[in-house]
Formats: sequence, C-alpha cells, structure tokens
Amino acid sequence: MSIKVEHLTKSFRDKTVLNDVSFGVADGEILAIVGFSGSGKSTILKLICNLIKPDSGTITTTGGDIAMSFQYSALFDSLNVEDNISFALRERKDLRNKFSEAEIKEKVSQKLKMVGLEGIEKKYPHELSGGMQKRVSFARAIITDPTIILYDEPTAGLDPVSSTIIEDYIVTLKNELKATSIVVTHQMSTILRTADKVIMLYDGNIVFHGTKDEFLNQDNPYTKQFITASIEGPMKVQAKEY
Amino acid sequence: MSSIKNYFKLTATYHILKLLARLAEDFFETLGEMAKYFVKSVFYALKMDFSRKELINQCSRFAVDSLPITLSIVGMTSVIISMQTAGEMVKQGAGSYVGMLSALIMIRELSAIMSGFAIISMIGSSFASELATMRVTEQIDAIKVLKVSPIKYLFTPKVIAGFVMMPIVVIFASFIGIICSGLAAKIVADISWLNYISSLWHGLVLRDINICILKSAVFGATIALISCSCGYKAFGGAKGVGLATTKAVVWSFIAIVVWDYIFALVFYF
Repeated sequence: MSIKVEHLTKSFRDKTVLNDVSFGVADGEILAIVGFSGSGKSTILKLICNLIKPDSGTITTTGGDIAMSFQYSALFDSLNVEDNISFALRERKDLRNKFSEAEIKEKVSQKLKMVGLEGIEKKYPHELSGGMQKRVSFARAIITDPTIILYDEPTAGLDPVSSTIIEDYIVTLKNELKATSIVVTHQMSTILRTADKVIMLYDGNIVFHGTKDEFLNQDNPYTKQFITASIEGPMKVQAKEY
Repeated sequence: MSSIKNYFKLTATYHILKLLARLAEDFFETLGEMAKYFVKSVFYALKMDFSRKELINQCSRFAVDSLPITLSIVGMTSVIISMQTAGEMVKQGAGSYVGMLSALIMIRELSAIMSGFAIISMIGSSFASELATMRVTEQIDAIKVLKVSPIKYLFTPKVIAGFVMMPIVVIFASFIGIICSGLAAKIVADISWLNYISSLWHGLVLRDINICILKSAVFGATIALISCSCGYKAFGGAKGVGLATTKAVVWSFIAIVVWDYIFALVFYF
C-alpha cells in the first residue's frame, strides 16, 4: 500500500467531517474520492499532505514526496510560469543548491512538455486559460518527481473538452511517474476516464469502496443516487445548503 | 442559583462582559501569533535562510515605492508646522531658533511617525492584502505542500526589508522636511537660510539621529510583521481579505504610537 488511512476522524467546531474513515491505495493506483459538497473529500487530501492534523487516526505513506494540485490551481500570481514551476527547486532547503540555473530551466521545460505546454515560461498565471493554469499547477506539483499526487477537483469549472485533456494528463502522469494518485471529484467523466478504484463519502463515512466497474454497476443505493443525480435516495441534501 | 445565572445571562452587563472577553481573547491570541511569527522570522534571518531575490524585491517596494507619498506627507507637514510657528517665534524674539525647532521636531518625532503612517497605508496594507489573498486562494497551502516554510518565504524578507529600509526612508524624509520647513520659514517670517541652517544644531545632537534610526528600524519591522501576520491569518473570501487589511492597518497604527511612546519614555525621560 502506498497510502494507508486508518480510523481517521476530523471535526471542525461541532461538525464531524470524517468519522472513523479507513482505506488504502495501492502503488500506482488512481483512487477517485466522490461525494456531495462538504462530505469531507478535500479534507482527506489536506490531511494526507499534512496541511491539517487529524483528531484521531493515522495516515501512513510510503516513498518520497507528496504533491498536490489545488482546486483553483493556487498558482503564485506574482511569479511567472517558470518561477511557479521551479519554486520548490529554488526555495526548498534540501533542493536549493542541488541544481544549476540551466538544469532548473531544463527541468521546467521538461515538465511543461509533459503536460502539453511549451514556450509559456515567461507568461504570468492571469495570462493563461483555466485549463492551462491547471496544467501548470500539475507541472509545479510534479517538479520534484513525487510518488504520490493528490488532485483536488482537477476538472471543476472547466469545459468538457478541457476536462478531457486534464483527465488524460492525470493518467499520463501516473504512467510516466509511476505515481499513486488520489482524485477528488464530482464529475462522472473524471471518474470514468481516470479511476481504478472509487470511494464514496457521505456524512463523514465511506458508503462505497470498490472498483470503477463495481461503482457503476453495483446495486448500492448511494452510488445509484450519485450516478443518476437523483434527489430521492438515502443521501439527504438540504436545499438551503446549495 | 441556576435561575440567578439564567437571569444574569439576559442582562446587558453579561453581553458587554462577553464581548469584552471575546475582544481580549482575540487581542492576546493575535499578539501571541505575532510573537511566534517574529521569533521564526528572526530565526531564519539569523540563519540567512531566506530568498535574496525576494529580499531585494521587498526592499525596493518598501523604500522606493513608498518614497513619493512619504516625502510628500512629511514635507507638507513640516511646511504647515513652520507656517504656524515661525511668525510667532519671530514676534517673541526667538526667530533664530526656528531651525532648531524644526530639526528637533523632525528628527525626534515627526518624520518617523509620519513616514510610519504613510508606509502603513501604502505598504502595510498591500502586504496584508497580498498575504490574505494568497491565504484565501490556497497559495499559502501550496507553499506548504511544496515543503517551503511560508514564514521563511513570506515574512522574513519583508520584516528585514522593513527593518533596513525604514531608517533610510525616515532620514531622507527628515532631510526633505527640514528643507521644506526652512523654505516656509523664509517665505512666512523672512528668516534667512543662513540663520535657519546655523540654528539647526543648537538643540539637536548625534544621539537624536541614532535614536531616530533605531526607532525607524523598529517601526519598519513592526509594520511588516503586523501586516504579514494579519494577512496570513485571513479566512473567507473577499470579505476576509478586507477585514485582514483593516486589522493590519489599525494594529500597525496603534503599535507605532505605542512604540513611539516607549522610545520617548526610555530615551528622553
């Protein structure tokens, strides 16, 4: 197992977002975490990359770096694309003096090529489209050749064609870097095109854990409601929440 | 007993006390966080573990960008003071001390505090809103995920820039203030330049200039630290950015005045 999550519990004030959640992700596997807004999907990613601490439970990861691509790209808007991607190489203590300026530039253009973008090193984030920003954020995430990549809603807010391009790059990066990935998403196309396994969260609990085929075909009332986008079903959504 | 408690909870006194307790909690929490960030910033500064490029950027921002507004404010204030006092001093037979008064006011008090106010409104607010925006758009989280300390990258260069550049701004502003004051004295009370300049050193000593430099450095570091801290702790969206910026400006103004009082108390009484 590349990532092992055991009995994870996390609350924010009075609301329990994750309640005794356990799962594992095998090496080189892509796990999709799905569920309604506020079901704790992004919280799991933040816990795995140590941005927040769990109330209880453990997370064990094997291998090297953990990278994360954020929902709204989170590119540093005062830096150009090259400086964004090379940020860790220039600022991280253990990497700062490891590469020459020429090597950094070479690595940046290599990672940009991996995400299908070339010759945009000197552009600033605001000069790029949403899909390009996402891909630059992927390039920034993989600059240290991580063994685990976390994607927080990678296709949110993108048109269907851009979403497909992003989904294909998630699979490409997994294959080229042999990385284990977790993709938090709402979108069926992302699940269909990227996931090996799927976890569904509802009310802080895992209500489904299985392969993509099982997710699509199993007679599970939760997954059925999610796939058919039905209001009727075991998952109750308050209209005022939306 | 419980009925008394319940009754007390309905009173205005209870609500006022509750509000004061919350304000006090917020005050001490913010103060504690600032102390923590300050210690970490100093730690990285002493280890020389920060981005040199970022330090140069911040120095340029702190000194060069703020200079026009700082010089304008200090220059105009000194003109107003000279206009108000020079004529009266000549009437009282103290016309030969106008230069001394201007220099004392500028170096001991006015240039540092007025430059501080100008820098808070221009640079401090910009530091706070920049960090707050980075917080609400997850850029600070991205820095953490890339295993870089946000304090090292965001705080340390700004605090050093404030500490180093503020004295330069203040000395420059004092010089401009004294010149403007002399010009106003000449126009309003016909005090000659020779008379004005020769009286400059009647009251001013080198110690005053040293204290002014030290005070400015403390002001600069304080403005940078408070602005960064308020921005760093922002939450929510656009409203959160606005609240963090307001908080940074208010806290910086208060801190500058408190520091000014402490300096006056320690060095002049």
